Amino acid sequence: MQAKRQYSFVIVNEQGQLTATWREVAPEGSLRESGNQAIALDRDQLRSLYRLMALSRRVDRQAINLTRQGALGVFASSHGQEAAQVGSVFALGPDDWLFPSYRDTVGTFARGVDMVEILALFQGSWHCGFDPRAHRVAPLTTPLATHALHAVGLAMAARLRHDPIVALTFFGDGAASEGDAHEAMNMAAVYQAPVVFFVQNNHYAISVPVAQQMRTSAIALRAAGYGMPGVLVDGNDVLAVYGATHAAVERARAGNGPTLIEALTYRMEAHTTADDQTRYRSAEEVAEWGARDPLTRYLGLLRDAEIVDDGFLAGVDAEGEVIAARMRDALFGSEGGDPCEMFDHVYETLTPQLALQRAVLERELAAEKAP
Amino acid sequence: MAAALNTALRDALRDDDRVVIYGEDVGRLGGVFRITDGLQAEWGTDRCFDTPVAESGIAGTAVGMAMYGLRPVVEMQFDGFSYPALDQVISHVAKYRNRTRGTVGLPIVIRIPYGGGIGAVEHHSESPEAYYAHTAGLTVVTPGTPSDAYVLLRASINHPDPVVFLEPKRRYWLKEDVELPVRGEPIGRALVRREGATATLIAYGPMVTTALEAADAAAEEGWDLEVVDVRTLSPLDTDTLATSVTKTGHAIVVHEAPRFAGYGAEIAATLSEQVFGHLAAPVLRVTGFDLPYPPAKIERHYLPQTARILDAVAHSLEY
Repeated sequence: MQAKRQYSFVIVNEQGQLTATWREVAPEGSLRESGNQAIALDRDQLRSLYRLMALSRRVDRQAINLTRQGALGVFASSHGQEAAQVGSVFALGPDDWLFPSYRDTVGTFARGVDMVEILALFQGSWHCGFDPRAHRVAPLTTPLATHALHAVGLAMAARLRHDPIVALTFFGDGAASEGDAHEAMNMAAVYQAPVVFFVQNNHYAISVPVAQQMRTSAIALRAAGYGMPGVLVDGNDVLAVYGATHAAVERARAGNGPTLIEALTYRMEAHTTADDQTRYRSAEEVAEWGARDPLTRYLGLLRDAEIVDDGFLAGVDAEGEVIAARMRDALFGSEGGDPCEMFDHVYETLTPQLALQRAVLERELAAEKAP
Repeated sequence: MAAALNTALRDALRDDDRVVIYGEDVGRLGGVFRITDGLQAEWGTDRCFDTPVAESGIAGTAVGMAMYGLRPVVEMQFDGFSYPALDQVISHVAKYRNRTRGTVGLPIVIRIPYGGGIGAVEHHSESPEAYYAHTAGLTVVTPGTPSDAYVLLRASINHPDPVVFLEPKRRYWLKEDVELPVRGEPIGRALVRREGATATLIAYGPMVTTALEAADAAAEEGWDLEVVDVRTLSPLDTDTLATSVTKTGHAIVVHEAPRFAGYGAEIAATLSEQVFGHLAAPVLRVTGFDLPYPPAKIERHYLPQTARILDAVAHSLEY
């Protein structure tokens, strides 16, 4: 971890008003403080943010445990990145779209998608377990940054249709090296597409630290090269994340084009449950980031401001246990569906070739069942 | 053929306000082959527009556009420049309906001028059809005549699934008298272009003309060749091919692309599996050689032509 990459942002409680700070990329390419900006969230919304983050932590923990118990094939944890995902998704309107990467399960959960459906990808029951149009959330995408272009295309289409819709896409510091990330940001800027590029810089592309992935001191600095605003925000500060994203979303909705937001955060778990993080980073480094835990920080703020009480927190915990129990019930020991379904969605109409192959599988299945 | 394609795009813009056309130089210039000539002037920059030089970006944004309900028709400027988009095409365009369990189909048309024979520089004469035909989820279409160019492009734009539409660029200047409105067979059906009894030539795209020329020359030798135009490479109309070969007993597949693991191998294997008992000889392939496309000055020695096709016919008939 590079010392120069550690930025500290504080939430200040000023005359009872919550404010957050973030940094913007000046036209000349340097970072500057944007100044304090008021966060227009009422007490219910502030509690909702906490609830979603706490539930996210709980379902993430449950997914890790289900993987260890064999119910999921693999899982990419969001532990430590809850503020980045939940805070940014919270800034979206109901008709806006989210384009997540494979790690963004809790951001997708915060958008209202059922956690069991989200985990279909990792369970291996289907590649995408939810209806994207029902939630306006694209499938979790594993080829890095490819989905950023889908967000741009959808935003271009909405703009052509004069619909006030914004597309937010998540990708990571690793994906920022992909060519599609470049093509997406350039095309979004060219067409002034209503897109928010939200980079969760969790400091590692699996094992490779960010300093070995790029020479620049901040991904947000690249925004100037595309002709769009860049914002650097403390990704473990949910109010700063919300504020920066809200400003970018409304800027895009007003027809003023895309924004690149870089949220500095940290992946507290290994890359996936199949990864061994002791081979590339120290326990001390992980502990250092643990001290900046987004949930703990936000809870401290809410308690100081007397926005939450023990009763509320107990209710959130109980809700988390209900969801976790449902995840266990739904994901434990479940078999795949009808194997023949693998033929049914390749094309709208089954081709003659696929019809023949489907019949082969049907015969094999019948033979398996025969005594 | 270029005019037929241009008319198809113009009619599609008129008939369906969800159709948007974009790609490199397709707007003001009208495309390097002028296939989109005049479309932006007539329909405006919202319906037909230029993009940055970013093929993956073109294909990737088409995914998002189709998700939103539009019908993007995008152009890859040349075959050799379609490869940067392969990741988007293979990983997303082809897979989205399946990934989403049928909830999000992508009606996208990716137009690609392909093939050689125009004296072009490197990377402008490739035949990439096997890459696309091998990718489940794609429908791969290639017209061989001007009227079919119109019919198949209109059908592709109306298709519920993504279509890779391969335009035989050396036939852009091919002429044909047509009756309006132009009608034809749908996607997924092969057509007998010339009836014959001696042997079947199976061709598609630029090689349809070449096969018909060879059949004319063969007639002088007393051979009555049937020519089948495949039209849709995926899904393949095996019935029409099998019917023809059952009749003639001899099959020769003709394509420009290299032979090894090429599209002709699929046809040969399929016919062997389905009509082996009717074959008087192995299915033969007349193709380009297994090498990178040669420089323009010597490309005519690479491309299949009448002599190579008739040699194969003779070889088949000798069995």
